[in-house]
Amino acid sequence: MTLDSPPATAPPPDADTDGGKARTRPGDRIFSGLARGSGITLLVIMAAIAVFLTWQASIALAENQGNFLTTFEWNVNADPPVFGIAVLAFGTIVSSIIAMVLAVPVSIGIALYISHYAPRKLAAPLAYVVDLLAAVPSIVYGLWGALFLVPHLTGLYLWMDDYLGWTGVFAYEGGAARSLFTAGILLAIMILPVVSNVSREVFRQAPKMHEEAALALGATRWEVIRMSVLPFGRSGVISASMLGLGRALGETMAVATVLSPSFLIDPSLLDPGGGTFAQNIAASFKEVSPAGVGREALIASGLVLFVITLLVNGLARLIIARRKDYSGANA
Amino acid sequence: MAKRIDISGLSAYYGSHRAIDDISMSVEPRSVTAFIGPSGCGKSTFLRTLNRMHEVTPGGRVEGKVMLDNEDLYGSDVDPVSVRRTIGMVFQRPNPFPTMSVYENVAAGLKLNGTYKKAELDDVVEKSLRGANLWNEVKDRMNKPGSGLSGGQQQRLCIARAIAVEPQVLLMDEPCSALDPISTLAIEDLVGQLKSDYTIVIVTHNMQQAARVSDRTAFFNLAAVGQPGKLVEVDETERIFSNPSVQATEDYISGRFG
Repeated sequence: MTLDSPPATAPPPDADTDGGKARTRPGDRIFSGLARGSGITLLVIMAAIAVFLTWQASIALAENQGNFLTTFEWNVNADPPVFGIAVLAFGTIVSSIIAMVLAVPVSIGIALYISHYAPRKLAAPLAYVVDLLAAVPSIVYGLWGALFLVPHLTGLYLWMDDYLGWTGVFAYEGGAARSLFTAGILLAIMILPVVSNVSREVFRQAPKMHEEAALALGATRWEVIRMSVLPFGRSGVISASMLGLGRALGETMAVATVLSPSFLIDPSLLDPGGGTFAQNIAASFKEVSPAGVGREALIASGLVLFVITLLVNGLARLIIARRKDYSGANA
Repeated sequence: MAKRIDISGLSAYYGSHRAIDDISMSVEPRSVTAFIGPSGCGKSTFLRTLNRMHEVTPGGRVEGKVMLDNEDLYGSDVDPVSVRRTIGMVFQRPNPFPTMSVYENVAAGLKLNGTYKKAELDDVVEKSLRGANLWNEVKDRMNKPGSGLSGGQQQRLCIARAIAVEPQVLLMDEPCSALDPISTLAIEDLVGQLKSDYTIVIVTHNMQQAARVSDRTAFFNLAAVGQPGKLVEVDETERIFSNPSVQATEDYISGRFG
């Protein structure tokens, strides 16, 4: 696909002799050609992925004997195959929601601390450490989660069961804490850096003149943040959260390492079981028999994840656009 | 409401750089005092030491005394937040909160002070907007964003926001430098009205403005770039503009330098 661009980069040799029109400089033409080529390439790749996913998914769906959206089963090697994404959709969405609920407030706290509270000598190293957290490979998070987090969460889960077990959602029967909640906690730690880094940059750009307006009225530091920094950073924080959510929805290795998968929807989030789209693809890809539609079925589940991610991004843009009149950018 | 300010031996620093050096002067209550001088002479810095805004700049530090009537603003037991509640400030560029409506902007300071009763807020908002000569222009758009007003209206909105909390002193840092002549005139008229209730200090680059609005004028100067700014003289505005006692003041006012 990149082959589309080179012809545009070569300026026609007779550029100077064309006296009728204003002369465009070769540099301009090369650059606009490259930029246009990159843009087109991106669109072509996106379209190719969408077409491939839809085409492969349609093969699997034609063979499927169960209802793709509601079946609690993933039996692709059976003849005829029976599979559905209900459990995967539930697990993906629930673990991502848990991750967001835990990570977003903490990230905003970290971002505000670095941008507005920490002394300058501390802020720079702290920001660096948070950046470092983003550089850890996800399999390392997975190993840490499985070997450290899982055994250490049992106590917390027993305690939650004592006080909140009556809700059903936080009931816990003991056993290895390889549950959706654990996956959510791990995902929260993994998306913390991206959410807090983007928020920090937005908070840093909050206009000094509005912070000073609040200060001059006799606002305390927290009131300054509430009156001028948070309203200004609102859309940025939403974008940051969506970036984090995108990562949580698609995270594969870390979830596959800590979760003990099952094709059941358990009302308790603390008991082991459940699964996510990405985790299921990673875990079952090697086990599909080459004869059936196992691979195509996994691709169909991938298409659903693709659509969910698109919807989430669209929703975020909608929220940001709705508050445009009051955005800090009008100042 | 208005109190006098007595400043003695005041110096302000940015890190190790001394921006203003050893200033002593008084600001009379219920009058307008103008600060004039070339760029970089420290008049804005000096203004910001009067409500303890200077120290929020990283590295900002102040030495000396500022007495508001009989209270030392830099006393060890004084909370800078409460100082800023008694001394209001209007800035060079109009800065209404962009995420708040006209109404919310004026009510912002009252809410900080713990006033939440609707009727009380309504009263003060109307009174402040009338006080800032803005009521007739905005009474039908109280719930529209404050940033939708014109520049001059925004600046009067900021003045309304500042006087809504009934401060002892109103500090104005070049309040008209971003405005057109008509809006400037509106602000100057307003300053003339407000001085019957407040002690007003105004920094300006516009000599005619200082002559028009102020009762007393202080002239600041600096020996060279990088040197700290100093107070050259402070006197009745009429004297400063007709017969100043220091040659540098006359040179500056007559446009021979600066």
